[in-house]
Amino acid sequence: MSGHGNTYVPKSALAKWFESRLPLVGLVHSSFVSFPVPRNLNYFWTFGAILIAMLVSQIVTGVWLAMHYDPSAANAFNSVEHIMRDVNYGWLLRYMHANGASMFFVAVYVHIFRNLYYGSYKAPREVLYILGVIIYLLMMATAFLGYTLPWGQMSFWGATVITSILGAIPVVGDTIQSLLWGGYSVGSPTLNRFFSLHYLLPFMITGVVVLHVWALHVTGQNNPAGIPIKSGKDAVAFTPYATIKDVFAAVVFFAFFAYWIFYQPNYLGHADNYVPANPAVTPAHIVPEWYFLPFYAILRAVPDKLGGVILMFSAVLILALAPWLDTSRVRSCNYRPIYRQFFFLFVVVCILLGWLGAKPPEGGYVIAARLCTAYYFLHFLLVMPLVGLFETPKALPGSILETVTGPGKQVGGSGMPVGAAAAPSSKG
Amino acid sequence: MANTAADPDSTHGAPDGTRRDFMFLATGAGLAVGAGALAWPFVASMAPDAETIAAGAPLEVDLSPIQEGQIVNVFWRGKLIFVRSRSEKEIKEAAAVPLSDLIDPQPDAARVKDGHAKWLVVYGNCTHLGCVPIGHQGQYEGWSCPCHGSLYDTSGRVRRGPAPANLPIPPYLFESETKIRIGEEGGKAVA
Repeated sequence: MSGHGNTYVPKSALAKWFESRLPLVGLVHSSFVSFPVPRNLNYFWTFGAILIAMLVSQIVTGVWLAMHYDPSAANAFNSVEHIMRDVNYGWLLRYMHANGASMFFVAVYVHIFRNLYYGSYKAPREVLYILGVIIYLLMMATAFLGYTLPWGQMSFWGATVITSILGAIPVVGDTIQSLLWGGYSVGSPTLNRFFSLHYLLPFMITGVVVLHVWALHVTGQNNPAGIPIKSGKDAVAFTPYATIKDVFAAVVFFAFFAYWIFYQPNYLGHADNYVPANPAVTPAHIVPEWYFLPFYAILRAVPDKLGGVILMFSAVLILALAPWLDTSRVRSCNYRPIYRQFFFLFVVVCILLGWLGAKPPEGGYVIAARLCTAYYFLHFLLVMPLVGLFETPKALPGSILETVTGPGKQVGGSGMPVGAAAAPSSKG
Repeated sequence: MANTAADPDSTHGAPDGTRRDFMFLATGAGLAVGAGALAWPFVASMAPDAETIAAGAPLEVDLSPIQEGQIVNVFWRGKLIFVRSRSEKEIKEAAAVPLSDLIDPQPDAARVKDGHAKWLVVYGNCTHLGCVPIGHQGQYEGWSCPCHGSLYDTSGRVRRGPAPANLPIPPYLFESETKIRIGEEGGKAVA
């Protein structure tokens, strides 16, 4: 995609004819075949490919579900039951789609924490990273809209609670709410437009993913050492090395995905959503899906409605500032002994926030949620800038090859473009 | 638009850029107005439609079957409304609360119609995030919200957060001693 040298040479006359009119095969070849990949990548780097597989899976199952689903308040719930009971393999399509959303978020969280640990957000990958944050935001919107569609109790009340959040915006809040509802409360017009938008957003995600991959191919991949490729020996060709590894990891991930579909298809959902929507009764315990729980905990940690809303949105948006908040020049936490510990503390705080988001907002849980919320923001606003200034990083290796073969040795595979089979993928 | 020698117009000796400037501004203005005019129907189509508005006409509620202490749920414009028949004790409790104790200070008298203190008519969604509070529960025996723990008193006023405001009062009037009309105030329907 970007000047890594187009090594594709069309052989047949037809291929030559086509390539001189639209160099598509050359583009794919330079991006996904001859593209140089750092030879020290570990399995955390396979989640980008896994995420693309999940996006495709969600779009395909979603398009098929839409063939049987009826987005009206009167029929939505029954049409979902119709999919489950009457449509051939409808249960499979629906369980793939519902659990697929959870798996999508599992993969995106691994991808995000991998990024934060290895400092992939730093220069020159800021735009690549911000595109990723935009994809994450679009994913959250899509997941929320999709959860509304079965029109069960959790769908209805989740939609009510989240649209009420927008009502907290001063001055224009009520107007936004009314335009979103298409009425005076959450109802059939709301469900119709949510379905329309739920169908639209995945294609917007696809568009941003194209930009994300493009940006990745401009800067090249980061790697566990956090140092750039300096010579051909630091790299291997995308195909077959990264391709095979990505496919292998995706197969393992899909085995994990299949476990949920076939053995625990409803574990990640809520039983209340099998009760049809009832605007007169709120379920005893309104809890969002697990992937929103940390943000829900932040929302509830603040006793003020507008304040809680602002803090919750800030918790996502602050991610986009990481490239400028982190003052360290060293990317990988492997070489940052102090920040590394703060990073793991941050991971623990995020998991704790998720746990607290599922608990009732009382007593000790509220206090714990406030402490965790405070650390969440301090990590970005205080720890990232200050540790970068005061920390003495460990000595960086001379090259990526050195991290694989040991310092000083200059043997061990010839790297690009041939050989390099010796690169052990577990290093990092 | 400072045009260069490549500009064919400049060779005709026309004053610098006047025609092109006009074309440029006129096109820009046309585009801006056109884009705005085109965007408007898209946004306006998302507002409540005529059917939804028509279904939101005023609603008559007969109070005679409602027993003392009972809370009846009615829907107007898709929104839940509680009609509560309050006991003497509940009215007294609500009236006796000093305003300084309230999060959203409002006397009980301002929340009921004159001479109809027995009847409390409030929207049934918590002012925090819209859950339905459960009646006759919580320390103040008004309502208790199961979602985030907000408590309301027998006047529907918030007594413990996170809810920021009292349960709002819908527009309504008494047609007779035993009949109210929700959605109408001062003799005309609410927009």
